[in-house]
Amino acid sequence: MLAYAIRRFGQSVFVLVLMSFLVFIGVYAIGNPIELLVNPQADEVERARAAAALGLDRPFLEQYWVFLKGAASGDLGRSFVYNEPALTLILDKLPATIELAFVAMVMAIGLGIPLGLVAGLKPDSFVGRAIMAGSILGFSLPTFWVGLVLIMVFSVQLGWLPSNGRGETMMVAGLPVSFLTADGLAHLAMPAVNLALFKLSLLIRLTRAGTREAVLQDYVKFARAKGLSQGRVIGVHVLKNILIPIVTVIGLELGSVIAFAIVTESIFAWPGSGKLLIDSINQLDRPVIVAYLLVIVTLFIVINFVVDVLYSLLDPRVRLGGAAASH
Amino acid sequence: MSGGPLLQVDGLRMHFFTKAGVVKAVDDVSFTVGRGEILGLVGESGSGKSMTGYSILGLIDPPGRIVEGRIVFDGTDLTRLDPAAWRSIRGNRIAMIFQDPMMTLNPVLRIDTQIVEAVQAHAGVSRESALARAREALVRVGIASPDERLHAYPHQFSGGMRQRVAIAIALVNGPDLIIADEPTTALDVTIQGQILFEMQKVCRESGTALLWITHDLSVIAGLADKVCVMYAGRFVESGPVADILDNPLHPYSRGLIDSVPARNERGRPLRQIPGMTPSLLSLGPGCPFRERCASATPRCAESPEVTEPSPGRRLRCFHPAR
Ligand SMILES: Nc1ncnc2c1ncn2[C@@H]1O[C@H](COP(=O)(O)OP(=O)(O)OP(=O)(O)O)[C@@H](O)[C@H]1O
Ligand code: SF4
Ligand SMILES: [Mg+2]
Repeated sequence: MLAYAIRRFGQSVFVLVLMSFLVFIGVYAIGNPIELLVNPQADEVERARAAAALGLDRPFLEQYWVFLKGAASGDLGRSFVYNEPALTLILDKLPATIELAFVAMVMAIGLGIPLGLVAGLKPDSFVGRAIMAGSILGFSLPTFWVGLVLIMVFSVQLGWLPSNGRGETMMVAGLPVSFLTADGLAHLAMPAVNLALFKLSLLIRLTRAGTREAVLQDYVKFARAKGLSQGRVIGVHVLKNILIPIVTVIGLELGSVIAFAIVTESIFAWPGSGKLLIDSINQLDRPVIVAYLLVIVTLFIVINFVVDVLYSLLDPRVRLGGAAASH
Repeated sequence: MSGGPLLQVDGLRMHFFTKAGVVKAVDDVSFTVGRGEILGLVGESGSGKSMTGYSILGLIDPPGRIVEGRIVFDGTDLTRLDPAAWRSIRGNRIAMIFQDPMMTLNPVLRIDTQIVEAVQAHAGVSRESALARAREALVRVGIASPDERLHAYPHQFSGGMRQRVAIAIALVNGPDLIIADEPTTALDVTIQGQILFEMQKVCRESGTALLWITHDLSVIAGLADKVCVMYAGRFVESGPVADILDNPLHPYSRGLIDSVPARNERGRPLRQIPGMTPSLLSLGPGCPFRERCASATPRCAESPEVTEPSPGRRLRCFHPAR
């Protein structure tokens, strides 16, 4: 287990370095941030001074080397635009995104697995068909369109829900959260539903497919032949087996829901890190872009690690680190 | 406890109502199993043996349905029970073991969980006493160091061991009847022999009756008291095992016996029954075996009734072999 963790850590560092290098090249290729940062009327001398101050006058590889040295000591550079540490900027905004993503995921899981189970157990019933039809809709409607419709209906027409911002927040462990106040919840409702819809559809399909396959297995018939209650057969024998792929997908999707909350954040003006990223790309604010992607990739890596551990807990046939089970 | 046989299946019909038509998987099957008796249910693949077993346990799922007949177990007609009452018999008074031990145990649950839940589904006992019964059942089926084994997962066992565990689960509540659906077919020959021997021993010791489903007559020969032969969902012949094996009356039983290697003289080629099982979907009236039967006459286009050629034997054929 320890050797496995160390190996995973090594791989992760490699991925992070490679990623940062690619982003460096990418931003370098798009354009020179100096053009955007300095007043167009400024003369050559002033431009040169600004470039030197930001280190942009040095060769590309040297710039990257400076960044790497800083990163090794936890310094991901200062934003060209705000002149603040890039990491601080992101960590300021990230909690709002994470809250949104978590609430969306909890909704998707809490509804998706039960609905998928029902649809999988009774695929030909009216309810089963209705659930499937709903999930096809959720799958195919574009997120931004659903977001706009939500605003049209619930904010503009009915006037029930606010259409932008986080609302009133409450401090929990030093972080502001929305879901503990009534106003915050009202603000959270639509963006969370919007973000959850796709994942919900995905989980319904996944659960339904898994259930349909599992109920045909001999171990389910054997469990029933033991005289177990329907609840135990489904809640333990079926669910524990289908949970294996579901946990994997939930893990992967949790990362992507954080990384790609951008669209939802833009529609509902949710003050999260997605909006910060869009602004930074527009201004070629390289340190923030690089730092944002590094933070997201780190999140992915951590989540994947947790999923692997969970996976090995759920499926006794899987042992971390590749040690074969004894026979 | 009633005075009659332990299990009496009487005119059972179980049909699947599929989009393509009605599949008569079990069509008029009757047999009885006495207390502590071993009945072999024999027939080719697809003849409806498993579906007969599932019907007795009430494990038929839509589009399948028991359309007719009685399943009288210890004086109660199971087909008239509500689902909860049927469930309380399942795994408790009637247990079942399946063909493929690699598939019957849940791969993600430990052995102790899988046995304890079987006990606790029927008896309000503590986990400790359920575990004690589990341990005892494992010992009875010849599993060494049961305490260690209880904590293992199915993938840590060989096929033969898994089947022993499945048998232990079937035995754990002390059932009156075990339905064994080809439990040795998927195992290699030596293990087959061991399992067969132990099943027989355990059932004889505890007076448990056994309904042994198989397509292999040679297994039945040394095991069963009585045989019931099925063909295309119908019962065709039944009687004491020695009578049927030595003097089969139905042309299909005769064909089955002739195709068993051990019963032939050396050097003579085995006789196979020509032709194939008819599709249950397109099966019309008349004897379903007539396409393959050497004794068939125009009369066989009608359905033969069940006759009793000698006491304890039943037959469904117009022209029994003599
Ligand atoms: N869900 C279903 N829908 C329609 N027909 C079915 C269904 N399940 C089983 N059958 C049919 O029921 C018939 C009897 O099947 P059964 O499993 O009882 O045969 P079997 O005698 O146990 O054969 P085997 O030796 O292969 O196990 C088969 O012809 C099969 O095609
Ligand atoms: S009834 Fe006729 S066709 Fe059927 S087994 Fe007997 S002789 Fe053959
Ligand atoms: Mg079968």
